[in-house]
Amino acid sequence: MMQGLIQWLQSIPNWQPYGEPKYFAWLLAFLIPIVVAMFFGRRLKIYQSLVSLGFIVVMYTGASYHQLFALVAYVVWQTIIVFAYHAYRKEHDTFPVFAGAVFLAILPLIFVKVTPAINDGNNSLLGFLGISYLTFRSVAMIMEMRDGVLKEIKLSTFLRFMLFMPTISSGPIDRYRRFEEDYDNVPDREEYLNLIEKAVWYLMLGFFYKYVLAYFFGTILLVPLKAQALAIGGFLNWPTIGVMYAYGFDLFFDFAGYSMFAVAISYLMGIKIPMNFNQPFKSPNIKDFWNRWHISLSFWFRDFVFMRIVFVLVKNKIFKNRNVTSSVAYILNMLIMGFWHGEYWYYIAYGLLHGLAMVVNDAWIRKKKKVNKERRLAGKGPLPSNKWTKALGIVVTFQFVMITFLLFSGFLDQLWFHNIK
Amino acid sequence: MDIQAELIEMIDDLFMEDISDIMDEDLYNAGILDSMGTVELIVAMEEKFGIKVPVSELGRDDWNTGNKIVAGIKGLKNA
Repeated sequence: MMQGLIQWLQSIPNWQPYGEPKYFAWLLAFLIPIVVAMFFGRRLKIYQSLVSLGFIVVMYTGASYHQLFALVAYVVWQTIIVFAYHAYRKEHDTFPVFAGAVFLAILPLIFVKVTPAINDGNNSLLGFLGISYLTFRSVAMIMEMRDGVLKEIKLSTFLRFMLFMPTISSGPIDRYRRFEEDYDNVPDREEYLNLIEKAVWYLMLGFFYKYVLAYFFGTILLVPLKAQALAIGGFLNWPTIGVMYAYGFDLFFDFAGYSMFAVAISYLMGIKIPMNFNQPFKSPNIKDFWNRWHISLSFWFRDFVFMRIVFVLVKNKIFKNRNVTSSVAYILNMLIMGFWHGEYWYYIAYGLLHGLAMVVNDAWIRKKKKVNKERRLAGKGPLPSNKWTKALGIVVTFQFVMITFLLFSGFLDQLWFHNIK
Repeated sequence: MDIQAELIEMIDDLFMEDISDIMDEDLYNAGILDSMGTVELIVAMEEKFGIKVPVSELGRDDWNTGNKIVAGIKGLKNA
């Protein structure tokens, strides 16, 4: 019977989310009843769940059928932890139990991230596409329960939240309370028409980003540039600079395009999922960059990692100087983000560099404040702050980000340590 | 001293900013509060008023102005 199930799953073609035009055609066709019902003020909960499940199953069919079993086991695991902690938190509130719940919730992800590093690049059997993003959702719930702001949870809403089909593979990362409010309410007609309008725009823009621009940068430019750079070899060469920009733009247009699809499909389902990108390459400084790049991830880290680290450091008066506190917290926060990407030196270096950049960013702001104060006391005007200084900030931030993306891409690892000419 | 005056003094001590004239202004947009400052303010409020402010509650929507923070403190003190 198990054998039959596996054979059946293997026989179904595998469809990656937003992977090909046919996927959109089928998805939009299945969405029509949901959209029509929503227009008349109703949410087809059961139908929506069935369609979502169907599209989730085809993500993991074919050769990757074992991921479906990993997903089911994972969801059972998270459900037990979240609901057990919820039951516990109603009566008690102790740190060890809270920490234990968070640890158990993260444990599968740790296994999946560490396995390739210690097992010759082979993936863990516990892994499935989207495991990180499901983990972010459940860990946030445990933290909000500890804070006492998330009091009531429902099993059906929890499962729908964890397995929300449009965002299951790569986000944006939603929050339970926000999701529940959208799910339990249907937008009024005017608001829904507004959502449809945005969804259509995001779908078109997403196509342009992912299938035109990301294809141009990531395939037409990047592939030959990489080959040239590797042929020359050495520490650094001109084609590698080309790889840097081509990869950086490919990363942005590919991920921003995907995110627009995810947001568009969520909007059609009447769920106002948060946006993930806001013109990141226009950021005048690195802190602003992280308010505009992969926003739902950086805000998750801000709320559930950075602020918690700062809280512990300030509360226990670990450092006298607040600048030391914030610097330590920035670096730890970005390092953890680096480790989350994967246990390879270039991800960790990427996190470290961004943490250091934030420390420098803050030091510069303090320096500027101090100088301006002195200038004011001396009767002089403040340091120039105009469109030219802003342009300079944008250029510096952009170059820094591109350099770190080159590191992030793993290409330098290949060029320096694994270049088989 | 009432809560409002104490909060104004607290923010002045922590961030060297006087918010007495801008009690309805968004403190994040004004560059007075950021995520670091938020936590410092939470710890200071816990010590001063003996209340527990959840880190995930001091969000950027509901606790973002002087007056809203005062209202929040009063709410938690009476809870």
